[in-house]
Amino acid sequence: MRYEAPETIKEAVGLLTKARGQSRILAGGTDLMVQMRSGMIEPDLILDIKRIPGMRDIVAEKGGFRVGAAVSGAELGEHAKVSKMWPGVVEATELIGSTQIQGRATMVGNLCNASPAADSVPALIAVGATARIVGNKRTRDIPVETLAKGPGKTILAKGEFVSSVFLPKALPRTGSVYLRFIPRTEMDIAVVGSGVCLTLNPKGVVTRARVSLGAVAARALLVEEAADVLLGNKLNDDVLERLAAVASDAATPINDKRGTVDFRKQVAGVLTRRAALLAFQRAKG
Amino acid sequence: MSNVHVTTTINGDETEYVCRPDESLLDVLRDRLGISGSKEGCGTGDCGACSVTLDGRLVCACLVMGAEVAGHKIETIEGMADGEDLHPLQQKFLEHAALQCGICTPGFLIAAKSLLERNLDPTETEVRYWLAGNLCRCTGYDKIVRAVLDTAKDMRKAARKTSAKKSAKKGARHAA
Repeated sequence: MRYEAPETIKEAVGLLTKARGQSRILAGGTDLMVQMRSGMIEPDLILDIKRIPGMRDIVAEKGGFRVGAAVSGAELGEHAKVSKMWPGVVEATELIGSTQIQGRATMVGNLCNASPAADSVPALIAVGATARIVGNKRTRDIPVETLAKGPGKTILAKGEFVSSVFLPKALPRTGSVYLRFIPRTEMDIAVVGSGVCLTLNPKGVVTRARVSLGAVAARALLVEEAADVLLGNKLNDDVLERLAAVASDAATPINDKRGTVDFRKQVAGVLTRRAALLAFQRAKG
Repeated sequence: MSNVHVTTTINGDETEYVCRPDESLLDVLRDRLGISGSKEGCGTGDCGACSVTLDGRLVCACLVMGAEVAGHKIETIEGMADGEDLHPLQQKFLEHAALQCGICTPGFLIAAKSLLERNLDPTETEVRYWLAGNLCRCTGYDKIVRAVLDTAKDMRKAARKTSAKKSAKKGARHAA
């Protein structure tokens, strides 16, 4: 096992490309250290990216924000402008763990750990965030919903890592929300999570919608059918009813100790309905 | 396994050590440096008994690698009292009997100190949420929360006195 802390992306990519065996990126380390201790993984190379410029920065870009891969939840939450533009994303990230975990855990780590129940991911999908992947041959930006393949699996190839996430500029009258169900008030893993982002015209009609569900499939889902229910409509009871039904249908969860299939499907509908209402209120301002 | 040589600052003292890349900061503190006030409860970031600050940010030392803290600043429970003078939080924990077995106490103290550095007037709810990552299995939460709130009250009073003195001095200077 080797620890390296390169100071440029180029150097980091070089180390990852040349490395034999298993390599792991160290940003916040809140998943990595737990996995190492439990014997789940035994990496040959631990690559600490925190000494690379930009990794710990939140930078304004094209009216939105680029969030470096090593920005902690606490740092994101303290950023007033990001919190104002995308409250859903910030709230979702802040739901992860305790104050201590927030001091270290990162949004990009949450994304790359590829847990189906990751709280920040449905929120990121809902706002149309992209992940920047750096690698040997090229740098590419991909929609965040395409990063995870399944539990713990991503599309990242050898030598690649995610260097930042980009949150686009919010259009006027846009509201973002993430809600999750857990059986207590905090410090738990989502049984179901729902991210909704709505944009309204001045009359309160939905002109843009994205809906995402977490913890109800092998990876967080972008539910386009749910967005279609909202588009061109106001949020009346009939629309909300249909939204809930479509969200429940889109959920394909498993039975486990945190919830049954039936329960998760139902809660997916309930949460999506509530998230849409709250997003609507936020969009109205 | 290739060892890593680290120079860092712990409680204001420049410290050097060599550690394995898979060692946590908690392992380094306790086993290599003999700074054993931070406790290991779970080793997975759930219990908060190993709470320390890293560049002023509250973290679990069990989830930080010993190798990665070169050039950073770490504060542990050993740096909390000023010689024989206890930190106000330590004093209040004693007065309120906010501990039983004491394993969780260093973590609670460090976490509470970190809260009061940011917010000297927290509500009870804010204290409870901030300390949600610190577990006490002797179940002393109420006394802990009361001790923190009481400390905050005293520290606010002290801060008011200091600022009153300062403005009185200023006033005196102006009068002269």
